[in-house]
This record gives sequence, C-alpha cells and structure tokens, in this order.
Amino acid sequence: MNAPAPLLSVRNLKVQFALDEGVVRAVEGVSFDVYPGKVFGIVGESGCGKSVAMKAVLRLIEAPGRIVAGEILWRRKPQGGPGSTQEEVVDVTRLDPNGSVMRGLRGAEMALIPQEPMAAFSPVHTIGDQIVEAIRLHQAVSPREGRRLAVELFKSVGMPMPEQRLDAYSWQLSGGLRQRAIIAMALSCNPRLLIADEPTTAVDVTTQAQVLRLLRQLQQERDAAIIFITHDLGVIAQVAHDVLVMYLGLVMEQGPVNAIFHAPKHPYTQALLRSIPTVQSTPREPLPTISGSIPHPFNRPRGCPFHPRCPQSMPGRCDAATPELQAVGPDQSVSCFLYQTAEAKA
Amino acid sequence: MSSPTAAAPPEAELAATAAEERVSVASNWTLVWWRFRKHRLALFCTLLLIGFYLVVLVPDFFATQDPEATDAKQAFIPAQPLHLFNAGQLGLWAPAVAGKRNAITLRMEWQVDETRRIPVGVFVQGEPYKLLGLIETDRHLLGPASGDAKDRLYLLGTDRLGRDQWSRLMFGTRTSMTIGMIAVAFSIVLGVILGGISGYFGGLPDLIIQRLVELLQSLPTIPIWLALTAALPQDWRPEQVFFAITLILSLLGWTTLAREVRGRFLALREEDFVLAAELAGCSRMRIITRHMVPTFMSHIIATSTLAIPVMIINETSLSFLGLGLRPPAISWGVLLQEAQNIQTVALAPWLLVPGLVVIVAVLAFNLVGDGLRDAADPYTH
Amino acid sequence: MSAPVLLEVKHLRKYFPIRRGLLQRVAGNVRAVDDVSFTIAAGETLGLVGESGCGKTTVSRCILRAYTPTSGELNFHTKEGRTVDLARLSRAELRPLRPQMQMIFQDPYGSLNPRMTLFDIVGEPLLVNGLRDRQARTDQVAELLRLVGLRPEYMQRFPHAFSGGQRQRIGIARALALNPRLVVADEPVSALDVSVQAQILNLLLELQKRLSLTYLFVAHNLGVVKHICDRVAVMYVGQLVELGETQALFQAPRHPYTAALLAAVPVPDPAVRSGDVELKGDVPSPANPPSGCYFHPRCPFAAEVCRTEAPVNREVAPGRFVSCHRADELQLPGVVQ
Ligand SMILES: Nc1ncnc2c1ncn2[C@@H]1O[C@H](COP(=O)(O)OP(=O)(O)OP(=O)(O)O)[C@@H](O)[C@H]1O
Ligand SMILES: Nc1ncnc2c1ncn2[C@@H]1O[C@H](COP(=O)(O)OP(=O)(O)OP(=O)(O)O)[C@@H](O)[C@H]1O
Ligand code: SF4
Ligand SMILES: [Mg+2]
Ligand SMILES: [Mg+2]
Repeated sequence: MNAPAPLLSVRNLKVQFALDEGVVRAVEGVSFDVYPGKVFGIVGESGCGKSVAMKAVLRLIEAPGRIVAGEILWRRKPQGGPGSTQEEVVDVTRLDPNGSVMRGLRGAEMALIPQEPMAAFSPVHTIGDQIVEAIRLHQAVSPREGRRLAVELFKSVGMPMPEQRLDAYSWQLSGGLRQRAIIAMALSCNPRLLIADEPTTAVDVTTQAQVLRLLRQLQQERDAAIIFITHDLGVIAQVAHDVLVMYLGLVMEQGPVNAIFHAPKHPYTQALLRSIPTVQSTPREPLPTISGSIPHPFNRPRGCPFHPRCPQSMPGRCDAATPELQAVGPDQSVSCFLYQTAEAKA
Repeated sequence: MSSPTAAAPPEAELAATAAEERVSVASNWTLVWWRFRKHRLALFCTLLLIGFYLVVLVPDFFATQDPEATDAKQAFIPAQPLHLFNAGQLGLWAPAVAGKRNAITLRMEWQVDETRRIPVGVFVQGEPYKLLGLIETDRHLLGPASGDAKDRLYLLGTDRLGRDQWSRLMFGTRTSMTIGMIAVAFSIVLGVILGGISGYFGGLPDLIIQRLVELLQSLPTIPIWLALTAALPQDWRPEQVFFAITLILSLLGWTTLAREVRGRFLALREEDFVLAAELAGCSRMRIITRHMVPTFMSHIIATSTLAIPVMIINETSLSFLGLGLRPPAISWGVLLQEAQNIQTVALAPWLLVPGLVVIVAVLAFNLVGDGLRDAADPYTH
Repeated sequence: MSAPVLLEVKHLRKYFPIRRGLLQRVAGNVRAVDDVSFTIAAGETLGLVGESGCGKTTVSRCILRAYTPTSGELNFHTKEGRTVDLARLSRAELRPLRPQMQMIFQDPYGSLNPRMTLFDIVGEPLLVNGLRDRQARTDQVAELLRLVGLRPEYMQRFPHAFSGGQRQRIGIARALALNPRLVVADEPVSALDVSVQAQILNLLLELQKRLSLTYLFVAHNLGVVKHICDRVAVMYVGQLVELGETQALFQAPRHPYTAALLAAVPVPDPAVRSGDVELKGDVPSPANPPSGCYFHPRCPFAAEVCRTEAPVNREVAPGRFVSCHRADELQLPGVVQ
C-alpha cells in the first residue's frame, strides 16, 4: 500500500493549563495523522481534551494554557506561485501564534467550525459582511466579487434563498441554517483541513442528519480532510473513516472505523460501545456499565488514566506506569498493557 | 448485575483526601471566604475599614481633645507630626510649636520650636467621656504625656477657630461612616422588599415598581437633593437633620438594589432547584427564605458594599455645599467646608486632610466590594 | 392494557402569551402545547420524544402543575382511590397531592441548591411534609442515599463535591423521598457523560421494578427511549402526532414525522448506513404554525388535504394513535425488525 503523505501529523502533543488550583493536563501526549480526503473522527467524553487539542493545532490556546511539548507538522499548500508543486512541511508549534505565517494558515488552509454556534458570528454584523470579510482577508478580491463568492458558498452548503440570508443576522437563523452558515464561513477560503468541533451537539437529530450529509458531500466534492469531533458514537460511526478514542487527554485507541466498532481492543472502547443503548439493543435489560465517573482534571489517576474504572485493570501494572500507544493491527493501535503482554510473549 | 445495588459505582475515587473532604463539606460562606482572601488588596482594605469602624464606635477614645473646644489664640496651628523614635529609642513625641505675631500682617505665625519636644503617651488621661455611651472614663489613645497643661497636641493642626482637627476628624468619621451605613441599610430594606415583590410576584406590582424605579433613576439627583435638603427646617437639631439626610439619601438610592434583587428573583424563579422545592411542597415563605434569599445574599452584600461609598460621597458633597449637615454637627463634608476658599488652602493646607480620608475610605469600600463581588458566586465553573 | 390508568391527560393546552410594549399587552400566543391527550397506566414508562421546542417540557410541567394549563383536564388517580383533575386545583389543594408525583431534572447542576447539604436537599421533602424528628429524617435520608447507590456518609457534603452522575442520583433520591407514584423525568440522562448514562438508566429501571413507579420519560435520544419505554408519544410543534407501543412504533411508524425522526438517528455501527434521510426545512414556530397539518411543509407525502385541513388524532390500531390524513395508505420504514 502506497500511503499518501499525511496532511497533518501530530506527535506527542501536550497542553497544560496552569491555574491557581493546580495544573490541568488537558492533553497529555497525543499523536495522530490526518490524510487528505478522509474524515478523521475524534471521540471522547466531556473534558477529555478534544477541543484543546484542536485549538493547539490552530494555535488558539490562550494563557494560562500552553503547549508544553510535541510537534504539529503541517504540509503547506505549494507556496512558490502558480505551477509550483513544492510542498513544505512546517512545525506549527514553532510558529508565532499571531505571526503572518500562522494567520495565513488559519482560515486559509485549516478552518474551524467551533463548538458554540452562537460564538461563530458577531451579532451586530450581517452574516454576509462577515463572510465577505473572511474571503477578502485571504484573497485579493473586490467587495462585489467577494459577495458573489459568498453567494456561491451559500449555494454550495444548500442554504435556501442565499441572497437574502447573506443580509440576515446570525440570531435570525434557525439552528440548522446557522450551522450551514458557519460551515460556509469555514469553507470561505477553500481550506485543506476542516476541523468540526461537535458541529451537531447543539442541534436536533433531523438537523444533525442535514449537517452530516452536507459535510460528507463537501468532503467528497472538495477532497478536503475533515477532523470531526463528537462524543456521539453513532455520529462517528456514520461519518468517520478513521477514529481516535480519547480519555483524559490521552489516546486510548486508534484505527479504521470498522475496526474500532467491530473489533475494539481497548477496554474503554469496548465498555463504551457496550454501554450505549441503541434502537437495536434489548429493551429494559440492564446495560453493562462503566463504573465510577470521569476523575476531576486536578485528580488524574497515576498510570493508565482508565485503570480505576477498568474491569481488566492489572494491579501493580496499570496503576504504576502509563502504557504507550502500540500497533495491534494494520492501522489499529492501542495504549493498554493487556496488549503489550501479548506482544512480549509472541 | 443481580444484586440490588448493582447500579452503584464503587466509590473508590471518592475515598477522598483530607483536603478534598474539607472542600466537600465547605458551606457557601466558607467558599466565598476562600475566594475572597485570594484578593490581597481587598483583604488589606477590609482591615482598613475595620479600623475606620473602630473609630466610629469610640471616636472619643481616639480623639485627643474636645472637638468643639474653640480657642482663637490657637488658630491655624500646623500639624504636629507624630514621631516614633526619640534619641534612637522607641518613644513617641511631637515637635512643639511656638507662635509669634507678625508685626505687619498681625497674623499669628507658628514655628516649630526646635528646643522642645512634647512627649506623647498612649492611654493617657484627658477629657472625661463615656465609652460607647456607657462607661465613664478619661483614657485616650494618645495625648501629651508631659503633665504640663500648656503642652497641647494638635496632630493634624487646628482650624480657624483653633479647634483640633485630628479630634474633629475622629468625630467626622463617625458621622459620615454612620450615614453611609444607615442610608445603605435603609435602601437595602426598601430595595429588597420592593425588588422582591417585583421579581417574585411579577404582573401589575412589577409593572408599577419598575416604572417607579425608572422614574427615580431618570430624575437629576443633585437638584432633587438641593430641593429636599433646602426644605429641611433651619431650626432642626443636628440629630434631626442627620436622620433626614440619611432618609433622603436612601429614598433616592434604593433603586439600583431593587433592580438587582428583582433580576435575581426573576432568574431564580426559573431555577430547577426552586421548582424542586415547590414540588416537594415547600411553602412560598420557605422557598423565599431558604432557597432564594440565601442564593443572592452574597451578591446583595457585595452590591451594598459598593453602595456605601456612593452614600458617603453624597453626604460629603451635600455638607460641603452647606446643604447637608451644618455645624455644630461634624462630618467629613463639614470639615471640608473649612477648606472652601483658596486663602485657607494656601495658608493652612492641612485642612485638606479630611478630603484625603474620604478618598481612602471610598477606595477601600470599592476594592472590598469588588473583591466580594468576585467571590460572591463560588459555584461558577 | 390491563394495568389501571394512573393519569389521563385530556385536550391539554398551554399557551404562553407574547407581551409587547410599555403596558405589556398580549400580542399573540406561543402555543407550546396545543390539544394533547394521552394516558399513562400505573407501572409503565411512557416516553415523550420530539425535537427541541416541541413542548415536551411544557407538557411535563403542566402535569406536575408547575405551570397552570390554559385548558384541558389532568385526571390523576390518587393513592386513596379518588380521581382528581389536577388542572383545576389551587396551590393549597395541590399540596397534599404533591408527594404522589415528583420530578427528575435534566441539569444535574441547576437542580440541586448549592447552598444546602445532601441531608437538607434530600430531607427537605420529608421535613415540609411533616417529618420533624431529625433522627428519623437522618435515617430515612441514609436509606434513600443507599437506594440510589450513594454512601450515607456523604450526607453532610455539599453538591459541589459530586460529579454529574452522582448529582443525578441525589436528584433521584430527593424525588423518591416522598414515595411518589408518578415520576416525571425530563431528559434525566441528556446532560451526563456517555459512560455514566448507562448507570443512571439502570438505576431508573431497577427503582421502577422495586418501587413500582410510573415514569413519564422525556428524551430526545431515541436509543434511550427505545431501551427504557413501554410506549412512546411523539410530539411535533405542540401536538401529539403519534403514540404507540415502543416496539411497534420503531418497527413500523405510521406518521411520516416519526419515520423521519427514526431515520435520522445515526446508528453506532459503520456497517449500517443511517442518519442519511434528510427532512427538508425547519421546525415551524409554535407562535405561528402552518395551516392544516403542521408537518405538511416538510412532509414528503403531503397531499392537498394536508395543506388545508388539520388531521384529527385517531386510533388506527388498538393502542396506536396517529394524526395524519394518510396514515392508512402509507407504508413507512422502521428501524428495527
Ligand atoms: N481555558 C481553560 N482554562 C483552564 N482549563 C481549561 C481551559 N480550557 C480547557 N480546560 C480544561 O482542559 C480539559 C479539556 O477540555 P476540552 O475543552 O478540550 O474538553 P473537550 O474534550 O472538548 O470536552 P467537551 O466534550 O465538553 O467539549 C478540561 O479538563 C478543561 O477543564
Ligand atoms: N415560560 C415560557 N414563556 C414563553 N414561551 C415558552 C416558555 N416555556 C416554553 N416556551 C416555548 O414553548 C415551546 C415549547 O417549549 P418546551 O420547553 O416545552 O420544549 P421542549 O420540547 O421541552 O424542548 P427542549 O427539547 O429544547 O427541552 C418553545 O417554543 C418555547 O420557546
Ligand atoms: S397529514 Fe399529510 S402532511 Fe401531515 S404527516 Fe400526514 S401525510 Fe404528511
Ligand atoms: Mg469541546
Ligand atoms: Mg425541554
């Protein structure tokens, strides 16, 4: 298999927040690769560091937060004028977050669909003004041309009555339409990577279906890469090609969507999949549960972060050291001592 | 999965450390205090305000002389600053001053008498007074310790009638701080009752109270004060004027608080835990007193703390303009009246010290209020 | 259905007036609940589903008389064997009935007073209903905490010491303190972490078995509803569009909206393509609903009659109620065999 080069390559990323009460280790060593034309799904429960990891990629972490270790390698668009194919790899962690290179990347090459839909637009300017402004920030076009492009964008995200909607304010739109406008805004510069941070958590299932279909269609049309963050396993199963499972700032398991859902290896992934009630599960049977609850961020367990809740935890091992991420299949890897023993014996 | 408590999690993660246990059982006020004490400046200002209120309680004890005693021969004596060390040793003293009449201007001119030092003692005997209005005593915090009746101590100098400014400042502090407190207390009562009715019951009472608040807030305050205070009969005793001024200040000042309380009630009415109490069968009274009022109590305290300096400034301005308290009452505003003309300011700049005290007090209240406001809701996460 | 009816909701309406101007004149109404009728049998779990803003919370709060209904009847069968219309009772008349119906809230943070200890929170219903003796109350609170899987030693702690799932248990303990017959659970697991949801669902099922509770279970997660409910009522813009046995409804929905809702649910299995059926347009506002069938602007099967005439809610099969003109002719796909 002649794998294409990854567009984004995150290596051992660590982000911490130094608060008065202590240090929050929001991301504790995360590595993954995102390939062009693929949807890369990140699942994890609330507070596991999904949003923080993405903000780190976009260099949007603000004090008291800090990237303390790791590399974020990004393959830039060819820079040497038209005809050039020379792609350059930059380490985003080394860039000035407010410098011209980073500003050139953000929005133009990687764009974010933020978690809070209301925060995406300013309520005092029309949506059209804001989208045109975003377009003109990265492309030298006239306001007129900018508006034409904005209408095009609105059409491409399936916004009914695009001309009128450009003159609306964000709060005048329904949840579904607002979500479309946000996606249009993110697409305004034709980015190579779209980071969708829980784009459907705040909307109803029917709207969610609309948004998912739109994202899938856009990804096929434009051959962009998408990082899709959610805590809904149903959504991830339906949109992602590859899945990363996070828990307390660490990667538990990673692999192709089929492997994750049909042959999960990590006890956390297994337990999570078993514990969600679906329309297919037997009614009124007690569900297999994961005991306990997610620890407070100031109170990270030692060793494997999942060990206090893990049914297969090995005392003396899991609570002593943190397992490394290790390959268990062609594309699947797991960080769990259960599999490291198997490896060692083999 | 068969045992009846199968759904219970093993509570290992809650087998807490001592520190966590302390947080777990910490009440709201404890949490507020923990957050408040992180504001060093606010903490310092709290101590300062405690000092001010000690003066309010026993101004006579802090005063060195009778604040009313006039002595035309002792007019415009400059401040005699207190010194801590006497000849390398700990010992309080103040420089003595000697007056000489200027032959041309016929004005007394005061000079520091380098040859003499007035030793200053603590807990010395002086004017007899009643501590807290109860205990007969003649002890004062500071006073000349030489036993020579000619040695007088004017820590902050004297005014045009030869009254000791330090002692007057102590009594002025009592009046001004008390007016601030009482006026705010009145507005709290008014604000909480009217705001509470407005917020809890809504409907017509709300409509009427809100329009009243808007009306009061749109009135220009200074002319209203002028009109109201000018209407006070000239022959009222100082206590009557004091009471009337306080009432006027609070009648105009309750609106902000009422708005705040109303807002809190409106927000709280929608809270799930209030609905839960309602469903549990709690009476209206219990819901208000056990669930709603404690929830916004800390906010009300913060808001009131921020309202006190406003009242103090209002009183000071009124009295300064001669419309509030009038001599023989003593307040910061009355004291500042002495420094109303350029001539005095040039000749006796120490008469501006009360202004400094007003600034310090107002700043301290504001800083404490800000700190309280930040700490008021420890549950935001 | 053999079980006796516990609650009968008849033509329930709740309008919220829209007020405008200085004098707050009524300029219109939000018809949050508009003519909803259903029954809940003793011991069953009735699910109430629908999109955001369709009136689920309003229905449940009307039933508990947190809101006073605009019109309609709420016939409740009390422990004492009487039938009372809750909609007509005054605050004072309601108080003795309050213990029989309780509520579990969605937000585990907002539903517990942060200034009270567990003992005060769970013990308050006991106290205000006459249990003045502190020791007896302590014993009962301890019993309740054990019932929901919390340690009684936590009694002196404040809610901020607990995680979301544990707070939800505290809320459940409070709801059960008065030994209710009907428990209204308004999205009790929506705010919880995925790994904690299952614990609470299991707890709710187990408590129902042990204490023979009746649940009105409001939710928008259809997987959860399918798992826990005996019957499901589907709401759309303040109206009931379909009601029936869970299994039957998921197998063969009779209303196009139910079908669309079911099809939109993404299944956590990459091998099953789902969540792909798109419902056009947006939910109309309950302040200004469309003519005829409220669903007609989005319905792929809308006919002329749908635009002009509102369908009546009728029983198309035993225990199956649908409001759709075309319910008898349509063959709609379900999501389970
Ligand atoms: N600005 C901040 N200051 C302090 N801590 C922060 C900040 N932002 C995030 N954190 C902490 O970092 C951790 C990870 O947060 P993050 O927002 O990435 O979670 P998430 O996985 O996106 O969760 P959710 O599903 O709730 O969005 C959390 O424990 C959070 O408390
Ligand atoms: N107190 C109120 N005043 C005015 N309108 C209200 C009020 N409460 C609810 N509404 C309106 O009534 C409608 C139904 O609201 P309700 O809260 O019952 O919906 P819901 O189905 O519970 O939605 P969700 O899933 O978002 O909780 C909504 O349009 C809402 O805006
Ligand atoms: S009545 Fe008509 S519009 Fe309404 S659901 Fe049925 S077919 Fe669709
Ligand atoms: Mg997030
Ligand atoms: Mg609701």
